[in-house]
Amino acid sequence: MGNGLKKIARSQLIIPLIALLLLIVFNLIRDIEFFSITVKTDNSGNSVLSGNLISILNGASAVAIMSIGMTLITSSCKGQDISVAALAAIAGSVFVSVLRSNEITIPVIIIAFLFCTVIAVLFSLFNGVLVAVFKIQPMIATLILFSAGRSIAYWINGGATPTVQSPLLASIGGFIPGIPIPTPIIIMVIFLILISLVLRFTNLGLYTQVVGINEGTAHLNGINPVWIKLIAFIISGICVATAGCITVCRIGLINHETLLLDAEMDVILSVAIGGTALSGGKFNLYGSVLGAYVIQALTVTLYAMKVPSAAVKSYKAIVIILIVLISSPVVRSFTVKAYKKLFKKQEAKEIPVKAS
Amino acid sequence: MQNDNVLSMRKINKSFPGVQALKNVDFNLRKGEIHALMGENGAGKSTLIKILTGVYPKDSGQIFINFDGTVKEINVKSPYDAQNMGISTVYQEITLCPNLTVAENMFIGRGNYRMVNWRAMKKKTTEILNKLNIPARATQQLGTCSIAVQQMVAIARSVDMDCKVLILDEPTSSLDEQEVDKLFSLMRDLKSRGVSIIYITHFLDEVYEICDRITVLRNGELVGEYEIKDLPRVQLISKMMGKDLDDISSLQNKKQIEEKPDAVPVYEAEELSSLECPNPFNFKIHKGEVNGFTGLLGSGRSESVRAIFAADKITGGKIKVNGKTVKIKKPRDAMMHGIGYLPEDRKRDGIVEDLSVRENIILALQVMKGFFKPFSKAEAEAFADKYIKLLGIKTASMDTPIKSLSGGNQQKAILARWLLTNPQYLILDEPTRGIDVGTKVEIQKLVLKLAEEGVSVTFISSEIEEMLRTCSRLIVMRDRRIVGELKGEEMTQANIMHTIAGEAVQNG
Repeated sequence: MGNGLKKIARSQLIIPLIALLLLIVFNLIRDIEFFSITVKTDNSGNSVLSGNLISILNGASAVAIMSIGMTLITSSCKGQDISVAALAAIAGSVFVSVLRSNEITIPVIIIAFLFCTVIAVLFSLFNGVLVAVFKIQPMIATLILFSAGRSIAYWINGGATPTVQSPLLASIGGFIPGIPIPTPIIIMVIFLILISLVLRFTNLGLYTQVVGINEGTAHLNGINPVWIKLIAFIISGICVATAGCITVCRIGLINHETLLLDAEMDVILSVAIGGTALSGGKFNLYGSVLGAYVIQALTVTLYAMKVPSAAVKSYKAIVIILIVLISSPVVRSFTVKAYKKLFKKQEAKEIPVKAS
Repeated sequence: MQNDNVLSMRKINKSFPGVQALKNVDFNLRKGEIHALMGENGAGKSTLIKILTGVYPKDSGQIFINFDGTVKEINVKSPYDAQNMGISTVYQEITLCPNLTVAENMFIGRGNYRMVNWRAMKKKTTEILNKLNIPARATQQLGTCSIAVQQMVAIARSVDMDCKVLILDEPTSSLDEQEVDKLFSLMRDLKSRGVSIIYITHFLDEVYEICDRITVLRNGELVGEYEIKDLPRVQLISKMMGKDLDDISSLQNKKQIEEKPDAVPVYEAEELSSLECPNPFNFKIHKGEVNGFTGLLGSGRSESVRAIFAADKITGGKIKVNGKTVKIKKPRDAMMHGIGYLPEDRKRDGIVEDLSVRENIILALQVMKGFFKPFSKAEAEAFADKYIKLLGIKTASMDTPIKSLSGGNQQKAILARWLLTNPQYLILDEPTRGIDVGTKVEIQKLVLKLAEEGVSVTFISSEIEEMLRTCSRLIVMRDRRIVGELKGEEMTQANIMHTIAGEAVQNG
C-alpha cells in the first residue's frame, strides 16, 4: 500500500471525501446529466454558468463560510455555538437597515457590511466572554442568543421584512456582469484563501488545538486560553456576518424569521462530517468546508430525484446517519482490523519464504 | 504446569505494527504470593498484563489457571471476562467514580439490573471495609477520600468479587510513605487469605520490602524468574537494563557552588507568594547550581516552584533575574526571562496528547517567538529531529501523536521542549516519576551536564536518593513553609528527616 494513500486514510479528510465520492458515483449511475454545466443567459442579459454542480457550490457558500468559524470554536472551546443562524439574522437586519437609510452605492454597501460585521463580532464576543471567561458550557451560553437573536433582528427593522432592490446587491447575491461564476462562490474562495493564509502565517491552528486538547499545558506554555477562545468567536462573528449578507443579497429582502433558519445544525454537521471531533481538539478547516458541500450535494441530489421537498429532510437524515456511523470510532477500528487481517494473511504467506 | 501455580502463561507472543512487544514470554504465579513484574518502560510488562486481562488479544501462547485444583486453559476476551474468572486489576489511575459513594463504587457494574437494595449494600460495604481495615465510611463520597483509600476501595472491590489473582499496576506512585505502609499491610493481609498478587512498580525499595519473587522482562523477552533473596538489588537493576550499572553510583554532583557574597544570582525571589502557595518565601539560585525542594507530599514543594514560574496567580513578592528587578506575572513572562518548567503531572500539564511529537517539542519556543511568526515546517522538523536524536526519544516518527509514546519518552519530549528554549534556569518537578530506571539515570545525567554548561536547575523528586545525587543544595519544606536548607556534607537522608521533623541537624 502506498505511503500517500495511507496518509489520506489516516487524515481527517477521509470521511467527507468518501461521502462526496459516493454521492458522485451514485449520481453518475443514476443520471449522468446531473453533472452537465450549461451556459445560459439570465434575466439581466449576462451569460452565466448553470447546472447542478454550480448550484451545489453556490448554495453551500453560507454554511461553508460559517463552518469555518464553528470549527475554531469547536476545537478551542470543546463545544458548539448554536446561535450562528440567529446572529446571521441580526447581521442581515443591520445590513438592510443601513442600506435602506442611504442610497445604495458600492461605498455604502461596504460601510453597511463593515457595520454589520462589527455588530456581529460584538454579539459573538458576548458569547465568547460567557464561554471563555465565565466558563459556561458553549451550548448553554449560546442558547441565550439562539433564543433572543431573531427577536433582536425583528426589533432592528421595526418588525417589518423590508426588501432591498439594487443591481449591485443582485450581483453580490447572484452574478457580477461579465463573470459567469456566481459571486457567493467567489466570496467563498476568497475566504478559503484568507483562512489558509491565516493558518500559514500565524500560530492560530497550533494554539487553538493546544487549548482544545489540554488547557493546562497551554497555560504553562505561555498561551492564554481565554484569548484564543475569544479569537475563535471573533472570527466566527466575521464569518456569520458575511454569510448573513450573502443570503440577504441573494433573496433581496430580510426576513428575520426565516433567514438561514436551522442553518446552525447544518453548520455543526459540516464540522462533524469534516472530521473535527465535536468534543474539541484537532481540527480540519478544509474538512468542514467540504462537509458543507457534502450536505448541499445531498440536498441537490434529492431534489434532482424529484423527492418532495417536505420529505427531503428525512432522506437527508438517513444519509447523515450513515455518514456519522461510518466515521464513528467503532466502525473505524473495525475497518482497520479487517484491513489488517487481510494484510496479515499476505504477510503470513511470505514468512516461510524468509525462513528458508 | 506445576501444581502450586494458580496462573501460568506459556510462550506468549504479541506484536504491534513495527514492534514485537512480547517474544515467547512465560510467567508463573503461585498461590498466596506477591510477585513483582519488573522491567523498564517498553519491556512488555503492561502488554503482558493487558493480555492477561483481555485488553489485547494474544497472537499466540496459552494461559492456564488452577484455582480449584484442576488446571484449565482460559481464553480471556475482555477485562469483564477476566474479572468473572477471578483476575482483577487496580490501575495507577483510579478507574472508579469519584462522585459516587464508597458503597456505590463497591457494587457498581455488578448488579443484575434489578432493584438496588441500598440497605444491604451499605451493610455489606461496611463489613468489607472493617474486615480489610480500610479507613472509609460506606456512605462517604469516594472523591473525598485520599488517593490511597480510593485505591484500597478498588482493591476491596476486587477482593469482594472473589478474585484469586490481583494485579496492582504502580499503585504507590502517588502515595506518601504512610499511605504506602497502609497499602502494604492490606496486601499482606490479602496474601495471608490466599490471594496471589502481581505487583508492578518502579520503586525498587518496595519490591524488596513486600515481594516474594520477581519476574524480569527486557525488550519483550523473559530475562528470568527469581526468588527475592537470590537477587540483590544491583543485580536486579543490571538484569533490567541488560548491563552492569556502575554509573548510577558514580553519578554525583561533586561540584559545590562556592558562595560568593558578591555573585549575582540568576534568579532571586523575595517574599514570593501565590494563590496556591500563600506563605511568602525567599529563594535564590546561582549560575550552574542544582538545588532541590524536598519535603513530604503536600509540603508545598511543587506549589513553590509553580510560584517561581507564575503558574498560579501571583499574589506578592519581588523578583530579580540576573540582578534586575522584573515582573513575572504569568508563565509567558517567566519563559521570556529564560525560565523553563517541567510540570509534575505530565499528563495533565505537560503533553498535548493528540498533537505530534514535533508539535509538542517546538511548542514552548514557538510561543516565545510569537503568534505571528510560526516556524516553517523545515525549521520545526530540524528542531524536533535534533532533540529526538539528542535525547534518544523512541518514536516511530516525529509526526506520531505523543500519546502513543511510552511515559519515559513522553517525558523526554517535554524535556526537549524546554531544552529547545535554551533556558538559563530550568525547573524540573518530578521529572523521573513513573518512568523506567534507564531513563531516570539519563535524566539525572542530563541535569548534571546542564549544570556544567551553566544552566541553573531546580530538581524535585520523591526519591530522596536522586536528589542527594544531583543537588548541591536542598531546601526542606514542611506544611507549606521552608523549614531548613542543607548543603554539602549536611545532605544526608537522616538530616532531611530531622529537618522535616524539626530537629537539629547533625554534621556528617
